[in-house]
Amino acid sequence: MVTYIARRLMQAVVVLLAVSTICFVIFRYMGDPVITMAGRYATLQEIEEVRRAFGLDQPMYVQYGRFIWNVLHGNFGKSYVTRVPALGLILERFPATFELASVAVVMAFCLGVGLGVLVSLKPYAFRNRLIMAGSLGGISIPTFLMGILLIMVFSVYLGILPPFGRGETVRVGFWRTGLLTIDGLKHLILPAATLAMYQLAVLLRLTRAGMREVMTEEYIKTAWAKGLSPRKVIFKHALRNVLIPVITITGLQFGELIAFAIITETIFQWPGMGNLLLSSFYENDQPVIVTYIMMAALIIITLNMIVDILYALINPKIRYG
Amino acid sequence: MAEHRIKSRMLYSYLHDPSAVAGSIILLLFILAALLAPWITPQDPYDLEKVSLEHFLIPPVWMEGGVSPYLLGTDDQGRGILSTIIYGCRTSLIVGFGVVLIAGSFGILIGLLAGYYGGWLDVVTMRLADTFFSFSTTLMAFLFLGIFGGASIFVVIIAICLPDWVRYARTMRGSVLEIKEEAYILAARATGAKDFRLLVRHLLPNAIPPIFVVVAVDLAVVIMLEATLSFLGVGVPLTEPSLGMMISIGKNYIYAGMWWMIVFPGAALVLLVVGINLFADWLREELNPKIERKLSSF
Repeated sequence: MVTYIARRLMQAVVVLLAVSTICFVIFRYMGDPVITMAGRYATLQEIEEVRRAFGLDQPMYVQYGRFIWNVLHGNFGKSYVTRVPALGLILERFPATFELASVAVVMAFCLGVGLGVLVSLKPYAFRNRLIMAGSLGGISIPTFLMGILLIMVFSVYLGILPPFGRGETVRVGFWRTGLLTIDGLKHLILPAATLAMYQLAVLLRLTRAGMREVMTEEYIKTAWAKGLSPRKVIFKHALRNVLIPVITITGLQFGELIAFAIITETIFQWPGMGNLLLSSFYENDQPVIVTYIMMAALIIITLNMIVDILYALINPKIRYG
Repeated sequence: MAEHRIKSRMLYSYLHDPSAVAGSIILLLFILAALLAPWITPQDPYDLEKVSLEHFLIPPVWMEGGVSPYLLGTDDQGRGILSTIIYGCRTSLIVGFGVVLIAGSFGILIGLLAGYYGGWLDVVTMRLADTFFSFSTTLMAFLFLGIFGGASIFVVIIAICLPDWVRYARTMRGSVLEIKEEAYILAARATGAKDFRLLVRHLLPNAIPPIFVVVAVDLAVVIMLEATLSFLGVGVPLTEPSLGMMISIGKNYIYAGMWWMIVFPGAALVLLVVGINLFADWLREELNPKIERKLSSF
């Protein structure tokens, strides 16, 4: 087990190094940072000075080493647009994204798994066919369209929910939350529903497929034969075994959540990290882009590692080789 | 003989599954419309001579103010919504099939080699697959295009292929590993078949069925992804028709009540994706040996 964890850690470090190398290349070669920093109308001499001041005249490996060193110390450079440290900009936006994503995940998980179990028990009942048809819609409507349709119905025509922004927030320590005000919660409903929709449908279908396979297994027949109550058979014997792969897949697809959060934030002008990233693309703000990628990679890789290790701990079948 | 029976059983189950038939008919209609676009559209939305700014923001014909060739109304530049949708579906299908073809062939090749030979190729492929999978195709394609810019439809296809091929490689590898030690493969090897012949004549055709499901699912995913990327402004260039971009233009007029600029392209996109997914669902059930089939009793 210890070797397995050590190997998994090594892999994570390798992937992070690869990501940072790509970021370095973007940073260094996508547009000349010297021109960006010295200004478009700088004289040759000024450009040369800036080049030397920022160490851009040094050999490749020195620059790369310095980049990694800075990144390790949380120094990602300053935004070209706002002239403040990029990491600060991103961290400031983190609570908004975190609240949106976690509310969406909880919604998707409870509804998705619940409905999945319900549907799997009587797959051919009319009500359950209806739910399956709905889930087909859920995986066939892209997130961005779902968001716009929700805005159209609930904000434009019915006028009952706000279409953009985060509403009123309160500060709790360093964290700015929208979960404690009525206005903030109202603003959260549409974006969270949008972000939850796709995952909900995927979870529903995964749970249903898993339950249908497991319900035919011998140990379930044994459980029935022992005279256990349906609740015990379904939740304790069947669902527990289905949940392991379902949770694993959800945990491993964290990148998908981040991607869909970017889309959702753009539509609802939610002041999160994804929204910041998109505007940085338009403004060519490389330090912010690089910082975002590094942060996203760090979160994804860490989460992945935790899921993998937990999975290995839970599932005795896995080889630790 | 056995193969013939499997084929006829699949045909039977296909013909008796209305949603599978409906799904494939929808897909076929979209493909036909995309191929025949220049002949069936009421107006070429990208021929500047035929587009006039006079006819901008017109509602559908059955509403007050509707004008005759513009069945579903027009957008803010006077392009007919129906015509632009048909051309937009063309882009969707080109990107969809383009990615499936390029990422699919590359992934199948790598998966076949990784599964058969194992070794470092296998290790590297699977590590890459794990990493790409967790970063997700959507995120990687979005970041790639955001940084490098979507210069053309081809660049969009490449940006999606870069992370997407591992889907095929992983499935193919798993499938090869499952049949590699089967008696008929060992028998073929015992007759002195060379690696190349073994791979192409024996492993490839027998390991490929699970790939069909991946192709169908992937087609739907990629079509949605193209629309999403174009909606966000990092997809196909402004000069190309795209359903995602139409919806993004329509979003500017959402408060003006000009719903037709969003609802019609949105409906076309969803219909196309639903069609593919219906077919994919049938295919998955059909090729999954673990689920008991109602038909298998005879």
